[in-house]
Amino acid sequence: MAQHVAQPTADTPALPAKLPIGAIAPWAVFFGILMLVLLYFVGAEQGATAVVSGEDVHEWVHDARHLLGFPCH
Amino acid sequence: MNSAIVRNLLVRGMLAGLAAGVLALVVAYFLGEPSVDTAIGFEESHAAGHEHEVELVSRSLQSTAGLATGVLIYGVAFGGIAALAYCFALGRVGRFTPRATALLLSGCALIAVYVVPFLKYPANPPAVGDGDTIGKRTTLYFLMMVLGVLLAVAATLLGKRLAPRLGTWYATVVAVAAFVLATGLAYAFLPVVNEVPADFPAAVLWRFRLSALAMQVTLWGAFGLVFGELAQRLLSPEPAKAAPAPAVAAPN
Repeated sequence: MAQHVAQPTADTPALPAKLPIGAIAPWAVFFGILMLVLLYFVGAEQGATAVVSGEDVHEWVHDARHLLGFPCH
Repeated sequence: MNSAIVRNLLVRGMLAGLAAGVLALVVAYFLGEPSVDTAIGFEESHAAGHEHEVELVSRSLQSTAGLATGVLIYGVAFGGIAALAYCFALGRVGRFTPRATALLLSGCALIAVYVVPFLKYPANPPAVGDGDTIGKRTTLYFLMMVLGVLLAVAATLLGKRLAPRLGTWYATVVAVAAFVLATGLAYAFLPVVNEVPADFPAAVLWRFRLSALAMQVTLWGAFGLVFGELAQRLLSPEPAKAAPAPAVAAPN
């Protein structure tokens, strides 16, 4: 078993290799933005700003918004 | 191959975030909701023209399904973001196993995205907060989150840069001290927000904020452990297997 550590013994864990930035970047951009949009809807929609009109989103996640620490109203 | 590892880590991160969100939801329901109800009782007894005259969503839905929606989405979203950050951190932050890297990243995320904003702009129950300043408070809160993350990344880079000269231990001490100093400066210069009504019960506020903190510690602690386990199995499978098959076989 090839382990790239100085003294490979049974107790020495194999350390992970780096993942190239180029392989991460596309996932990070698309899913990063998607996740941030989700956080926006939980944390701020229909509070300071609104994409959807009304109060339904705000009222639905009301308790979560307070308990997760976001300013609610 | 590498892209498939990133995808697999991302999926595992979102699943671990969901699992951690379920635990945080339990904490939120049993520790947090009593204070929310007390605060709403206070709000209604001081009904000085608050905008909740028409009840769009009933309290029983807000405290169950609504709470669950928010907390679980929060868990999945931060799980995904943390998994992507983990892909960058893996093998770059130091000589840590996949599992240890996950727990370390999770602890740093708790401090950067929650504790740093919380200490300056703590969570507020209903009845605390002036509706007219919601825009300013939201901007400041998200600013603190971004600042926490940027400072944590900067401190990590600083530590890596200093490590060859000072050694890992002292480089880490200096990097953490720089992080604390920079955060303290930001606290000193950003505006103070205090909109707690004078007669709001201090014990309720304390319990609410403590339960909000407990939720986040649960969320990130569980995420670090669950995601670490999943990542460890993906990246360093037990060598007992007969054939050293690649961890990721799924086509992309």
